[in-house]
Formats: sequence, structure tokens, C-alpha cells
Amino acid sequence: MKSITKTLVAALLAVPLLGGTVSAYELTIPTLDYRTGPYAPNGIPFANGFSDYLTMLNERDGGINDTKINLVPCETAYNTKRGVECYENTKGQGDSGALVYQPLSTGITYQLIPKSSVDRIPIFSMGYGRTSAANGKVFPWVFNFPATYWSQATVFVQYIADKEGGMDKLKGKKIALVYHNSAYGKEPIRTLESAAAKFGFELMLLPVDHPGQEQKATWLQIRKERPDWVMMWGWGVMNQVAIKEAASIRFPMDHFIGVWWSGSENDVIPAGDKADGYLSGAFHQPGDNFPAHDDIKKHVYDKGKGHGERDRIGEVLYNRGLVAAMWTSEAVRKAMEIHGTNKIKGVHLRDGFEALDVDEARLKELGLPNFTIPVKITCDNHEGPGKVALQQWDAKAKKWSIVSKFYDPLRDITGPLIAEDSAQYAKENNVVPRICN
Amino acid sequence: MIYRETGQFKANYADDQALFPIAQDRYVVIAALIVAFGVVPMVLNQYWLNAIMLPFLIYSLAALGLNILTGYCGQVSLGTGGFMAVGAFAVYKLMVAFPELGFIPLVILSGLITAAVGSLFGLPSLRIKGFYLAVATLASQFFLIWLFNKVGWFFNYNATGMITSPPMTMFGVIITGPEGSPMAKYFLVATIVAVFALVAKNIARGRIGRNWMAIRDMDIAAELIGVRPLIAKLSAFAVSSFYIGMAGALYFAVWLGSAEPTEAFDINQSFLVLFMIIIGGLGSVLGSFLGAGFLVLMPILLKNILVDGFGTDSALAAHIEIMTVGALIIIFLIVEPHGLARLWRIAKEKLRLWPFPY
Repeated sequence: MKSITKTLVAALLAVPLLGGTVSAYELTIPTLDYRTGPYAPNGIPFANGFSDYLTMLNERDGGINDTKINLVPCETAYNTKRGVECYENTKGQGDSGALVYQPLSTGITYQLIPKSSVDRIPIFSMGYGRTSAANGKVFPWVFNFPATYWSQATVFVQYIADKEGGMDKLKGKKIALVYHNSAYGKEPIRTLESAAAKFGFELMLLPVDHPGQEQKATWLQIRKERPDWVMMWGWGVMNQVAIKEAASIRFPMDHFIGVWWSGSENDVIPAGDKADGYLSGAFHQPGDNFPAHDDIKKHVYDKGKGHGERDRIGEVLYNRGLVAAMWTSEAVRKAMEIHGTNKIKGVHLRDGFEALDVDEARLKELGLPNFTIPVKITCDNHEGPGKVALQQWDAKAKKWSIVSKFYDPLRDITGPLIAEDSAQYAKENNVVPRICN
Repeated sequence: MIYRETGQFKANYADDQALFPIAQDRYVVIAALIVAFGVVPMVLNQYWLNAIMLPFLIYSLAALGLNILTGYCGQVSLGTGGFMAVGAFAVYKLMVAFPELGFIPLVILSGLITAAVGSLFGLPSLRIKGFYLAVATLASQFFLIWLFNKVGWFFNYNATGMITSPPMTMFGVIITGPEGSPMAKYFLVATIVAVFALVAKNIARGRIGRNWMAIRDMDIAAELIGVRPLIAKLSAFAVSSFYIGMAGALYFAVWLGSAEPTEAFDINQSFLVLFMIIIGGLGSVLGSFLGAGFLVLMPILLKNILVDGFGTDSALAAHIEIMTVGALIIIFLIVEPHGLARLWRIAKEKLRLWPFPY
């Protein structure tokens, strides 16, 4: 009896292996899209940008170093449980297995972080997820470059100081934070509290519950308390509602700064002309006037293989998906170079991410000159440069444009917080930090 | 012919009062247990165990809990998500504070804590009924989630308000968190669910269960024949919350590994579990399992058929899935308003007469 079961199990295990040897080796990259659910308007452009760029590589170059990319889409609806089901379903697909995951939601990222080291698949949570994962010693499998929420919060503080006329002018100012009342929205609170203690401004915390349609009370409070600046950590419909409410209480838009997930065309267009001057964080350029976009139109959309609508190429969130795909493909290239083979797996790709170095010259080669900041990852720093700029909405031209320099984060604030939070994670989960040299 | 009790004589009270008086029922249950513990872990892979069997069993336990309250005692509750959160946060605090107690005692302890909280929120049921009670329990849902999101003590002052289950071991095997083997997790959850399903079956047919059903059918009449509504209703709330609390603890510690209150335990959880018992069958232990199976398996099955089988676009598949599950719920409710468990009962009646129906 036992031998029969053993044979059966062996046969079952052998089936996928036999099937795999027939086709050529492909690089399996699952995409956890959310084209449905309350956050779909933001999820769709990102998913399109990500998939279009990798499809373009397949069509133009035959993949990465002549190895085709196999995109495996899985719909999460921004729901953590569905995201985990998608992860379990896709992690073993193809010869390569899943190479990397972009969880695209703070909730799913938190679920996948501990799984990543067990399954040996890197997580690329680009600018979201757990901030303290920037500490590569504790989180060798997680990458959150080019900048974290905490870095971004300190950049906003610096921008405000610049507008007010210096860091010393922050004293006595009142800054409000309107945030999505979830793990995502709560991320910047500690950083801002430290900054408030250091620079002497007053911080007002205003949570908004999911999905964020009801914000009358929040903005009434802002109207009453008259903060000098408002920051927002919002997502989905919450952004549109907040910008409309801000307009209706005549809050000055150029004193209203959204996180980079609160700064896309979807968020400002519903408020019309009143949204003019609204600010948000950014780490890449908007627009479709780069050679890479031309290649996408030529090699993907002209062949009818596009994932979205042609005239929405170049939207802020589209470009964010594109830049994520660009860094992912560059990491794949790096991993192939390090390990001297095209048949890489997740464990190899991790090394590729850790040795990632995309400078301006390389961006130019990729057809994305000045598109984003140069990124260099090291063993202990998975956040990379941490630089953030601010972009502003021009309601007449219906265009976002970057209006500030790329600020460096205040590492003297974020550094100790990252060390503290990652140390707590290491302690709770019995992780021994590795040594980086 | 297959399903006939003719010739099964009961010579003593023990036989007559057996949990499954008909031999065929007994065989089916034993077969189900053999399949659950012997066959399922042998043939299913990691994906099936982790992504399908665990949520199915955990939701079955939650549905069982709600069925005790709503199906047996007739008190409608929309607070399931909140009570699951109580179980989850209780087990989290206990796991961090007393890891040496072992996992199963901690799960039972967190069930007891939830039972206390549930009884507290059950107090209004003595005065209000029906839809008004549903609204009162809805308030508990929102209040509990707000509490766990607001008060730092519950999530040990984590910056993001999330709770993460620390690794726990049982017999030297890790059973919580991502390092736990799916097989061990499955055996653990299946054991707890099997034991407490039998307990529920036993309670339901005994004195306490009969009290609940008397209250459900007509509370004034029940009171007149000597059932004390205070005891009956509050015990239903307590036992129901005990089950839901354990389900919440397993849901967080074994299945998810980390959770944030606003997403993992939101109002949709309450509705989902309520739909499970309505579709599965109110006042039936089997119905809890069938309903959970229907609502957990059906979407995943549909998704896999559409996306992997027919190569449908994943977003389109998600839309089709929402529509199909909705339509199926309506069809089931029209065709069989008493739930899937009733279908099973009808099948048994037919089998009893087969092949010579009259």
C-alpha cells in the first residue's frame, strides 16, 4: 500500500517536470494586479505600465538576453487574502518558478515578507510596504528602493521648510496628516512625530477609514484648526474625495501635499480647475515623451498586444508601473551576469537586485533619459538613494510636472527608526541579522 | 436500499441516544474523517493545503459558531468579523505573553475570552429581536474593529497597527507563521475543527440545544414551558463566540500569519460567514461545512477554470466570478431556501426508497 502511494506521489510530482522540458526556458514573473475592487482606478494604469514594458522587451528584444518573459497575471482586487492565494498559486509556475513579486499593497507585502525568505523569492515593494525592510541585514529578500514612505515624509518636511524660509521657520507651524486608516496610512506617523519633536512644528493626525468616501468631518476639522500645511497618505477614491473637499473649504492647493500614491491624473481630474497647484511626491517623470514609450507604442500597441488604452500611456501611475518593470528587468540582467546563466531562479534574482546599479548612462541606453533617479543597491541598504521630488498639477494643461529638486531624506531621523523597527522584527521572528561587508 | 435503517435494532438507551443513530450516517462520518486525516494530506499539494483547505476549515469553524447563534438559537448576528478579531488579538497577546503554554491551550483560551466578550454584546438580545438585534451586533462589529485599530496595547504599539504571529511549535514542528509546514497546519486545524464539530453536534441535540431551538421557534412559548431566556440566549452567544473566537485565532495565527484589523476582520467577514450559513443551511452542523465549502471553494475553482483552463484575462475572470457566485447564491436560495444541508436530507430520503420509490 505504502509503495503504491509513493509511486503515485512520485508520478504526480514528475508530471510538471516532464511538461517543462518541452518548452524553452522562460522567466516567470507573476503580476498581482488589481483591476477590480475599490482601488481599481489606480491599479489598472500601474498594471498596464508594468505589463506593457515587459511585453515590449519580449517583442523588441525577444525577452531579456534572449530569454522570454512569461507574465502571469493574477487578480487580487487589493485584497490581502486573494493576494496570498495568488502567491501560493503562482509561486511554483514555470521552470524558473516565480522570480519576483510586486505585492502592490501594504497588506499583501506584510504577508509575503516572511514567506519570501522561506520560499527564496525576492519581494520588490517599490516605495511601499514595510519601511524598515530598507535594512538589508534583517530583510535580505525584500527591496523597497528607490525611497520609502519615511524618507518621503522627511522630504515633505524639507520642502515645507524651504517654502517657509528655512528649517528654523518650522517652529510653531501646524501640519496636518490626513491618512488612510490602515497599515499603509499609518506608516509615516512615527517619522513625522520625530520630525515634529525635532523641528518644533505641531502635528495633527486625521485618520480616514476605508474606503475614504466620507471625509466631511475631517475637512471640517481642518477648516476649524487651519493647519498651515496638509499632507495626505491616501489611496483610491479617498484621494479624489480629499482633493474635492479641500477645494470646497478653499484650502490653498499649493499647501496640500500627497504621497506619491495620491498624485495621479485620476486623483485630481474630478476636482477640475480647483485642483490646480496640488502637490505630490514623485520619483520619476510623468509623460510619454521618452524613447521607451515610443517603443511600447510601436512594438506592443501597434501589434495589438497592449494591456490598456493607447492614449493613457504616460500617466503618472502608468509610468510607475513602467519604472518598476524597468528595475525588475535590469535586476534580471544583473542576476544573469553574476551567475553566468540565463536560467535564473528567484534565489539568483535576489543577488541581481542586491547588485543593481542603474545610473543615468544606463537609463539613457534604456530609452529613459532623466526619467528617474540613479539607483544603487547594497547589501545593507535596500532603500537605495531615498531621494524624492515634488510634482505639481497644472489643471489647465492637465499635466503633472516636477517642480522641485530631488531632496535627500533626513537620514538622522529615518535611520534610528529603521534600526529600531527592524531590530524589533528580528527579535520577534528570531532573525539573526546577516553581516554585510 | 443503500440507505435504510430497517433491521438496525436498538437494544439499549446508549444505542438509542448515539450521536449518529443510523449506521450509514456513522459510516459516512467515519469515512469523511478518514478522508480528512488520511487521504487529503497525502494527495493534496502545498497550494491546496495552504490556500484552500485551511481557509475552508477555518471558515467552517466560524460558520459553525454563527450557526449555533443564528441557526439554532435564532439570534441574527452581524458581528462575526468583530468576534473573530477578538479571538485573533487575544491569541496574539497570549502568544507574545505566555508562549510556554502551548498553542492549543492558547487557542482555547482566546476562544473563552471571545465568549466573555460575546456574552457582553449578547445582553441586548434579551430586549431586542430580529433586525434590531442585527443592528446592535453590527455596532459591536464596528466598535471592536475601531478599538483594535485605536488602542496601541492590543497590537503592542506596532507602528503600523499590524499584528504578526510569532513562530510557535507543537511536538517540535512549527505550526504558525510562514515557516510552519502546511501539513502540520492542516492536521492541527482539522483536528480542532473535527473535535469541536462533534462537540457542537452533541450540544445541539442535548438539553442546551433544545432550549436554544425552543427560543428560536417561539420565545414566549419557550419561556412558558420553563426555558430561561437569559441563560439560553447568553449561552448561545457565549458558545457561538467561543467557536468564532477560535476560528479568528486560527485565521490569524495559522493561516494569515499577520493581520490588520480594518482589512482582515471588516464587515465583509461578517457577511461572508452569514452567507455561508444561509447557503449551507441554518441549524445544521453539516450545513456550516457545506456553506463554507461553497463560498471558499467556488470562487477559487471558477478562477482556476477560467484563467488556467480557458486563458481568460484575469480581470475579466474576476468579474465573471463575482457575477457567477452572486447568481449561484440567488439560484440556490430560490431552488432550496433551506440550504445545501436540506438537499442532503432530501437525497437521504430518496436513497431510503431507492430503487423502489412509491
